[in-house]
Parts: sequence; structure tokens; C-alpha cells
Amino acid sequence: MADQQTVLKLEGVCKSYNVGSPIEVEVLHGIDLELRRGEFIALTGPSGSGKSTLLNLIGLLDRPTKGRLVIEGRDTGELDDTAITKLRGHSIGFVFQYHCLISAFTALENVMMPLLVENAFPNDEMNARARSLLAEVGLTQWENNLANNLSGGQQQRVAIARGLAMNPALILADEPTGNLDTKSADTVFDMMQHVNKINGTTFLIVTHNLDLARRCQRIVEVVDGRVAPPLASRGAGMLKTS
Amino acid sequence: MNHWTPFEWITAIRFLKEGRMQTIFIVTAVAIGVAVIVFMSAMLSSLQANFLKRVLTTQPHIQLIPPNEIARPLRHGGPGSIVAAIVQRPAQRIRSIDQWQKIRTQLGEWPDIVTVSPTVSASALAVRGDASRSITLTGIDPDVYFKIVRIPDYIVSGQARVSTEDILVGLELAKDLGVTLGDKLTVTAANGASRVLTISGIFDLGNKGANQRSTFVALRTAQTLANLVGGVTSIDLTVTDIYAAEAIARRVQSATGIEADSWIKTNAQFFTAVAAQQSSNTLIRLFVALSVAFGIASVLVVSVIQRSKDIGILRAMGTSQGQILRVFLLQGGLLGLAGSIVGAFVGGAGLSVWHAYMRQADGSEIFPLILEPSLFVTAVLLAALTGVAAAAVPALSAARLDPVVAIRG
Repeated sequence: MADQQTVLKLEGVCKSYNVGSPIEVEVLHGIDLELRRGEFIALTGPSGSGKSTLLNLIGLLDRPTKGRLVIEGRDTGELDDTAITKLRGHSIGFVFQYHCLISAFTALENVMMPLLVENAFPNDEMNARARSLLAEVGLTQWENNLANNLSGGQQQRVAIARGLAMNPALILADEPTGNLDTKSADTVFDMMQHVNKINGTTFLIVTHNLDLARRCQRIVEVVDGRVAPPLASRGAGMLKTS
Repeated sequence: MNHWTPFEWITAIRFLKEGRMQTIFIVTAVAIGVAVIVFMSAMLSSLQANFLKRVLTTQPHIQLIPPNEIARPLRHGGPGSIVAAIVQRPAQRIRSIDQWQKIRTQLGEWPDIVTVSPTVSASALAVRGDASRSITLTGIDPDVYFKIVRIPDYIVSGQARVSTEDILVGLELAKDLGVTLGDKLTVTAANGASRVLTISGIFDLGNKGANQRSTFVALRTAQTLANLVGGVTSIDLTVTDIYAAEAIARRVQSATGIEADSWIKTNAQFFTAVAAQQSSNTLIRLFVALSVAFGIASVLVVSVIQRSKDIGILRAMGTSQGQILRVFLLQGGLLGLAGSIVGAFVGGAGLSVWHAYMRQADGSEIFPLILEPSLFVTAVLLAALTGVAAAAVPALSAARLDPVVAIRG
């Protein structure tokens, strides 16, 4: 039984493609990982190491071939697709590198979207929650702008606000600053750290940026489909990049 | 967006608004299709209704006539053996329907029969000075007969008064005989009986032949002239459902033993023409609906491809497959609905304009325009349903998109 502080636990998680065919490929080999509430973690590793696959598994966008994946005490292996979708909507927020917002909607509407999908909140409550989150990421004056009319950094900040809409335990950010200039990247990263401190939301950030990774509380490095030993046991200089 | 309605509606509408040009083009295409359907359907139903009105206001829905007289062949001892080798059909005399009063009372109690009108019909000669014309003399009880054949509506001079001394004549007959309102006319029946009657009204049935031959007198006058005192040669009926006339006629025939002809049987050619019109109209509707459906489907297939990343993001934030499915089904339905509303309006307006400008040679309208609200409602609903059906395939492919693949693009 996972304790209250554990947001996510992976035990011996494997992921294979083309299962049962002669060209079956295992890309993740027995991943063990535990993320605790309020942690701010960088997920790094060279290209093709299995980071994105791991992120998809953790984000419940894909299912492991073997092993256990427990989110907030719920073993996802026992859940059907409907329950998985619901759990994903409630417990996990996403920030993507590209195309992070839906262009047909304004900033405010994008933030409201997860609440609207849930269809369980009164209009006033959704409006108030979305406005307060936009204020938290400093975009109050841009709330009625369509997503396409915002800069890259602003879009990522809206995406962070949207990720927080359902007050999830975990936010997964896939290269959130990879498409931004240095200044915007710093702003977005600061914003995530700020939210992490204020809300206690766990962040798992995939990044190739060593400087940003080093600003995280912990670095999880994936190499050849396995989680590498903690940096402390190898020395910080051994952090690999692609 | 001040009022949040359910997710599927908002997303569907926003997606359509964002792809404005695509939406405008497909709505226009749907509108053209629906306009063609509405225009054609309304025009055909107006023409049919007009024809029906013309037919059914000048003849009964069902007419009961006495059975034909048949020759009874002589037989002798041996069963089935006939003495006469050739049996000639006897000439059909004017005969009364047996116990017509009882039949009238009996049929008057049927819930699907509205009017029962006994009539006497006979041929006669109308004489005015040296001029004479053969006529069909119809003896009627005006109180009930005028509910079947609306002679008062066709009166162009005088009034539809039919006392025992009156006669109503057609416009052409009046011209041929040089008579006018109030003039006396000698009517001589085939059996030699003769009466002098006063022209109380002149009618125009819209048909030259009918105007030359048809005359209407009181039932009693016709009975006297036809030497059929107390008898009638036919019983005319109207029914609640004109299209059930043939079925009712068969039931009447079974119940009374009297031959019953429905207007459907006596106007078989008209029904053939109507059936042909309806078949071609149905085919045109089908092909238009198919092209509309494929148009909507193709636009939504492109939309699913264009929006695959949006779909991926929506799935990542907890949107179910069912919700994605409904977003695209709704888009199909909304495209069909919007296009059909515009199309129904354009079709109706187009027919009204066409009807206003297209005139017969004498300047009268070609047909009375009938724009049934039910046609518009049906067209709009069917187009919306067609849109939903057309969206099924793209909506399913959107719902089945793997979010990982969709986000990766």
C-alpha cells in the first residue's frame, strides 16, 4: 500500500512494441520509480533512451507491457479505459512542447477546458478558477486572446495554468521550454517552480537543458530504457545529454 | 463565452467557427442541395394538390352505380350445358339502385364517409328555338350534392339555386344555345318526357367539354324526366381520407352488393403520373442527399486530420472517446442543420418568386402555391440527421485516435 506522500510508483515497468511478433522490441526494461508529493524532478536522457515512452506511461496515455504503475494509490493495471481516462483527467496535468493549446479557444477557455470536460462545475466556479490560475501565471490581461495570438512563453504559461485546473497531483511537462528563447524558458521554468512551491504539485519535467535540470530537486536519467543510478552516486559531471 | 454549455457543443461550434471558410463552403453546398429538394417537393406537391382539388371538387370520391344487367343463358336438364352458343350482352337501361334509401342511411353511419348524395343521371336534349344540344342531366339534392361538387364555387352568373323549375347550365352550353340567366330551356329526355326549366345559374367548371354537356336540376325533376320516380341511378360519396377511397369502395361494395368506383380507379392515369413524379423526385432527393452527405463527410475527414493534435491534447486532459465522437457528430449535424435552414428558406423563397413571375397565357397563376411547414421541418430534420450520419466515419476515426500518436502529430 503506497503511503499518502507517494504520488506515483512504478515497479518493474516494461514496455514493448509489436508484442508477439518477430520484431518485438522492448524499449523500457523494468523501470522502478517513485515520485513523492511536492517533488520537482527533471527527467533526462539521450534521444531514443525511452523518456517519451516513460512519460506516456506515467501520463496514462499508454499502458505498460509488464509491471505495476500506481497513481495516488490506484493500481492502473486494474482499471479499464474509461477509468483510466477519468484518472488521467483528475490526477495528471500535461504541458507539451509544441502545440500546447487549442487554437480555437481563448487563453481563459483553454484553462477552463479540463473543468468543462469534467462537466461537474457551475459556470461561475469554472470562470473564477480559470481566472485565478491565469492570474497565478501572470496572464490576466491576455485571458481573452486566442491561443494563436499569444507568444510561445505565454502559451506555455497558459498550458501550466490549464494543467493545474483540476488541481492534479502530478504535472508532466514534455520539454516545456524546448521551443522558447532563454529568457522565456527561464520565465516558464520559474513559473513552474513557483506553482510547485505554492501548490505543492509534483512536477516531472522532461528536459535536455542541463542548467534547468540542475535547478530541479532531483534528476532522473533514463539510459537505454533503464533508470540510471542517482547522480549523487556517479558524480554530477556524468549527466549525459543528447 | 459567458455561458458554458456542455463541452461537446462548445468545442464543435468553435471548431466550425475556426475553420470558417470550410464551414461556409459546405454549408453553402448543403443549402443548395436542400433548396433544390424544397423547391422541387413544394412545386410537385402544389401541382398535385391543385390537380387533386380540381378533380375532387368536380366528382365524388366514390360513386355507387347499379350492377350491369346481364343475359341469363337458358339451360336444360344436363348440368353445365348451355343451349345458346352466343350470349349477347343486353343494352343497359337506366335503372334505379334497389333500396337506395336504406343504403344511404347505412352508409351515412360509417365514420369514414362524410357525405352521401343520391343522384339521377340521364341523357337529354336541351332545346332553345331551333337550336338543340345533347346534355347530361344530373338530378341532385343540392344540400348534400354541393358538399361533393362545389357548384356554387363555379357559378359565374346567377346563383346555385335548384328548385324543381330550375336548371344550372355550363358556360359553353349557354353560349351555344344563346341563353342567359332567367331564360327558359326545354329539356327533353330520351323517353320523350319534356319539361321547360328556367336557367337559375351558369357555371364554369374549367373544362369546355364539361361546360357544354353538364346540367344540374332538382332530384325530383330528373326523376320525372328519366321516368325513374322515387329512384336514383347513383349514390355519390365523399370520404375522410381521399387516398383510402379505393379501400372504402371495396368495403362499401361488400356491404351493399352495389358496384362502387373510387376516384382512384377512375383516375388511374393521374395516379400513374403522380407515381412517376414521386419516383423521379425521390431519386433526385436521394442523390442530392448523398452528395450532401459525402460533402460533409469529406470536410470532417480533413478536419480530423487537421485537428489530430487538438484531439490528442483533449484526450490527454481527460476527454473520453465518446466525447470526441460526439464533438464530430455534432459538427456534422450542425453543418446539416445550418445548411438546411438556409436551403429551406432559399428553396421556399425561390419557388415563391418563380410562382409570382411564371403565369399562364391569360395571366392567371399556373397553380396555387402551397408551402407546407411540414416540408421545411422535414427537410431541416433530415438534413441534420444526414449530417450526423455523414459524420459517423470521421467521428469514429477521431475518437479512435491514439492520443500518443495524435500529440506527436
